[in-house]
Formats: sequence, C-alpha cells, structure tokens
Amino acid sequence: MNWLDTLSNGWDAIRTHKMRSILTSLGILIGIAAVVLTVGLGQGAQQQVAKQLSALGGNLLIVSPGSSTTSGVRGGFGSAATLTEADAAALSSSTAAPDVAGVAPVSQSSSVSVVNGSTNWTTTVVGTTDSWLDVRARKVSTGRFLTADDQKNAAAVTVLASDTASELFGRAEVAVGRSVEINSVQYEVIGVLTSAGSDSTTNLDDQAIVPLSTAKQRIIGGTNRTSVATIYVKATSDSRLSAAYQETNALLAYRHSVTSGSTTDFTITTQQSVIGATSSVSGTLTNLLIGIAALSLLVGGIGVMNIMLVSVKERTREIGLRKALGGTPALIRRQFLSEASILGLTGGLLGVAAGVGGAVVLRRFISDPVAISVPWILIAIGVAIAIGVGFGVYPAARAARLSPIDALRSE
Amino acid sequence: MADSAPVIELSEVRKVYRTGSVEVEALCGVSLSITTGEYVAIMGPSGSGKSTLMHILGCLDVPTAGDYLLSGEDVSTMDEIDLAEVRNRLIGFVFQQFNLLPSLTAQRNVELPLAYAGLARDERARRAREALDRVGLRDRVDHRPGELSGGQQQRVAVARALATDPALVLADEPTGNLDSTATEDVLDLFDELHGHGRTIVLITHEADVAARAARVIHIRDGQIASDEPAVAAAAR
Repeated sequence: MNWLDTLSNGWDAIRTHKMRSILTSLGILIGIAAVVLTVGLGQGAQQQVAKQLSALGGNLLIVSPGSSTTSGVRGGFGSAATLTEADAAALSSSTAAPDVAGVAPVSQSSSVSVVNGSTNWTTTVVGTTDSWLDVRARKVSTGRFLTADDQKNAAAVTVLASDTASELFGRAEVAVGRSVEINSVQYEVIGVLTSAGSDSTTNLDDQAIVPLSTAKQRIIGGTNRTSVATIYVKATSDSRLSAAYQETNALLAYRHSVTSGSTTDFTITTQQSVIGATSSVSGTLTNLLIGIAALSLLVGGIGVMNIMLVSVKERTREIGLRKALGGTPALIRRQFLSEASILGLTGGLLGVAAGVGGAVVLRRFISDPVAISVPWILIAIGVAIAIGVGFGVYPAARAARLSPIDALRSE
Repeated sequence: MADSAPVIELSEVRKVYRTGSVEVEALCGVSLSITTGEYVAIMGPSGSGKSTLMHILGCLDVPTAGDYLLSGEDVSTMDEIDLAEVRNRLIGFVFQQFNLLPSLTAQRNVELPLAYAGLARDERARRAREALDRVGLRDRVDHRPGELSGGQQQRVAVARALATDPALVLADEPTGNLDSTATEDVLDLFDELHGHGRTIVLITHEADVAARAARVIHIRDGQIASDEPAVAAAAR
C-alpha cells in the first residue's frame, strides 16, 4: 500500500463523514485565517512605515532646541529659542559639514486661519527657505516653490500642501495664481505640493509654506526674531547619516559653546528613530494578535484530535478488518495520520482563502494597508498540516495498537 | 504428492488467557493436521475454545505454547508485523458479519487485501474483477454493500478472501447472519471452491452447515473431542 493509496483511503474516509470533517476543519480554518489576517495587518503597517521613511527621506536629521531655564524653572525640550538662522547657515557650509546635503530652518505656527473669500481653513503655517523642498523630499505639483528672492524680499507668497489647497479652492489645481489671506495680509499662491500622506503625528498634506522671513515678520512674531523652531538637515546619503549627525552635533556644540552634556541646548533626532518607536509599538501589538491566533489554532488542533479519537472508536471494526486483511500497525497508523493531515490541510487551505478574502475586504473598510504575504501563507499551510499530523499522532497510535481480535469482536 | 502437503500443522497447541490472577486455559494441547484441498468444519458449543482455535489458525493470535506450521512456515513465534504479512499472503477470511467497508464499492472492497499486498492499481482492479466474476457478481462490481443483499455481501466477502489466492480460506460462522436461501447459496459456493481444490476451514455451530464439509472436528473444553469424516459425524 503506497502513499497515494493511503491518502486516497484517508480522503474516502473524510468524504464519508462530510459534516463532521467540515466542522473539524473549521477550527483550523479560523485559526489560519486569523494568522493570515493579523500577519497581513502587521506587515501592512510595517510596509507603510517603510514607505513613510523613504517618502520623508531616511537621511533626515531633525535638530530641535533644548530646554530653557527661566528663573530656575527648566522648560521642556524645544522650549528654548537657542537655534538660529545663523546655525542653519553654518551647517550649510560644505567645509564644516561635508556630509550635509541641505539645511532647512523652520519656524512654524499651528492653528492659523487661512482665508479664501468666504472659505476659512485652519492650518499650520510653515516658514522656511527654498531648500526645504529638497530636504523634506517633497515635490511641487503645480506652480513653483519658494526662491531665495522670496526669502530676501520677505515676499507675501505661499505654497500650499495639496489638502489645504483643495479645502480652500475646491480643487488643488486651480489654486496657483489666486490669493489667500493670512492674518489680514494677502498672499499669492505660487505653488501646490504633491501629496505625501501623513507621518505618525501630522498630516503632511495640510500646511501652508511661506518664506521664513515673511513668517517672522508677519505671522509668528515673538521677541527673538532670529531664532528658529527646528532645523532639518539632510545627509548626502543614507549611509552618511551618522557622519552628518557627528558633524552637525560638533558644529552646533562649538557654536553654542557647549562644554559638557548637561549644557547641551539642542537635540538631534533622526526620522528613523521616530518611526522606529511607532513601528515597535505596532509590532508588539501584531505579535500579541498572532499569539491569540496561534491559541485558536491550538484549539483547532485539539478539535482534530477529538474527532480523530471518536473516529478511531467508531471504526474499531474497520481497523480490525484492515488488520486481518494484512494491514500492519504502521500502515494503520499512517492511514489515520493521513486523515488528520488532510483535515489540517483542508482547514489550512480554506483558512488561507478566508484570510486573503478577509484582507481584500478589509482593505475597503480601513485605511491601514493589509499585506498578503506569500511566504506567510505557505508557512500557514505548513502549520495547518503539522497541526493535523501533530494532533493525529495519538489517535493514530491508538488505532495501530488495537488488537485485531478485539477490534473484530466489537459491535 | 502436492495435493496431500499439509497446509495446517498444529502440535500440542495451548492458549492460556490471564485475567488478573485467574488463568483460563482455552486450548489445552490441540494437535491437528489439515492437508491441501481439504474442506474441514470445526464445531463446538460456545466456550469450547472454538473461537480461540479460529484466532490461532487465522494468525490473529499466537499460541502460548506449541507449534503452528502454516503452509510450512512456523507462525507460532512471529511478531505482529510478520503475522499481518502472513495473514495477507496465506489466509482469506470470511466473517459472520461480512465486514465489508460500507463506503467502498464491491470491487474496492475486494481490492483491499491486494492493496495491502502492494499490488499496482490496475493489477488490483483486474484481480478483484476476476474474483467477483468467480463468485457470480460480475454485474455488481460498482455496487456498495448497502445496495446488495446479505447473500451477495457474503459473496463479495468470499471474493475478497479469494483475491489474494491464499493457501487457506478461513470462514468464521459465514452463514450465521443469512437466511436459508442465502445460506444455501454461500455453502454451494464453498462446495464449488472445494471442487476446485481450495483448502477451506469453516467454523460453525450448526450441524447441517458442518455436514457440507468432508471432515468434521468437534472441540470440547479446549480439546479435540472427535475428528471424523462428515458422513460418520452425520450418522451419529
């Protein structure tokens, strides 16, 4: 009796008890479908993070001011006004910081009303220089970006992100050439940015970009007009990121006369570290979900064992007959193992189908991407068969141990 | 000479069952020789050791002591795996309950021992059809047991017993579940097989069934009480 015979025997036995086999497979099905879905969600989230990282520029350093101390009270990070345009200019020097490709100082003000006639939209106004576009790896879809002249003249011009433009003008395409009012001053819309999605905290498609000089004079105000809120530094390549980090750190420390760690008045973070923290949280959640799915697979496996034990009991006579006709214990064991593995495989295949189907449906209802990963599907099918075999071992061994006489005698 | 070669040779076979501390001797020294082509009926009341003898003859169990040569092979000391192989090769079973698998067609049922023998699929099908033809069920090969009468089912079982061309056909109360017409039918089939030189051992408790055999052996209290030609047994 070869493997093909054994498998076809198993298939016959399973077909004979259709309802029972379907119910048994259902346990495996649900478990596998859950694994495929949760893995899909987890991988989807990871892919999204990777996409954000490349969209935002993986080679980006973010320099924030350190804490300020006023009358003995230390404020939070970023509260001090220690970074200046001069710092940004120094970082642009190719001799002092050869691994820095671009520098964009930014001062921004959130919750600013931008008005187009009767349409009013509250957004973040970002004051920056012409290098921002390259440093933040953004693109202009229509019109142009800020120029050095705009900065020098503190021109009343603005570049809108795509969502902001469409909120104000209905369609983003028609915004260029029109004007908006910010703090009672008319700004000409000179360009619209292409969409970039959102990073972990902010919608990158909802902002209005103005020259840094304009922002300081007319929007942000404040006492220290040379300070900036953030300096974005772009390294020449991903691999030069740590070199650029060292150079930025050294240069700023020198300029700010930092002598020890405790007097450091700025912080440098990388885009990767920010996103890494977010993805590690979502990774933990995914692992938890996979754990729960694995538990349900375990329950499914116990279901298989249960049914196989009932099956062995019910078919005692058949086992006796097979033994009388020349079935060795090994062949009997193999037959029941093959039945269990077919149950596992059936459940696994249906589970993968349900999981993939669920992923496709889920994509329509949630904004998070759901990945369909072929290696994981193959693993899931393998696991399903392994569960069938694993939980079939005991019932199969019991069948193989039956004495042919007792088995034939049973009613 | 080949006709008189012994198929079964039992010498001083004993079988002891142990249940807890109680020992029950089911067979106490049975010696017996059956030659090729014989048609033997084994009779005895329940508890006589008849079933135990049948299990040992059928290689479903091994004797506690004594020797059993089946077709010249010493099977009294074989392990479970070798016994399965011997059963497959040398013995064709016919049971009281037919023991056909309900989900399989007549042909697939007959193929079962051939599959365990490791035959290829088409060879199996050929021999199964041949065996079904021999028992007169040529047009029933694709029927499932549920679609056949009791007599027909038992004939499928006989075909299954014949398919491997065994040295011994061992029938355990083959007519116990059949009405008189079907009984006649099956016994005629055995007569025919006997006529073709098959060795048949039939276990029964019905005298008129035993009377169809050429030799009748009575078992009582684990021993052979009588062993004589059927004519003599019927005369008593």
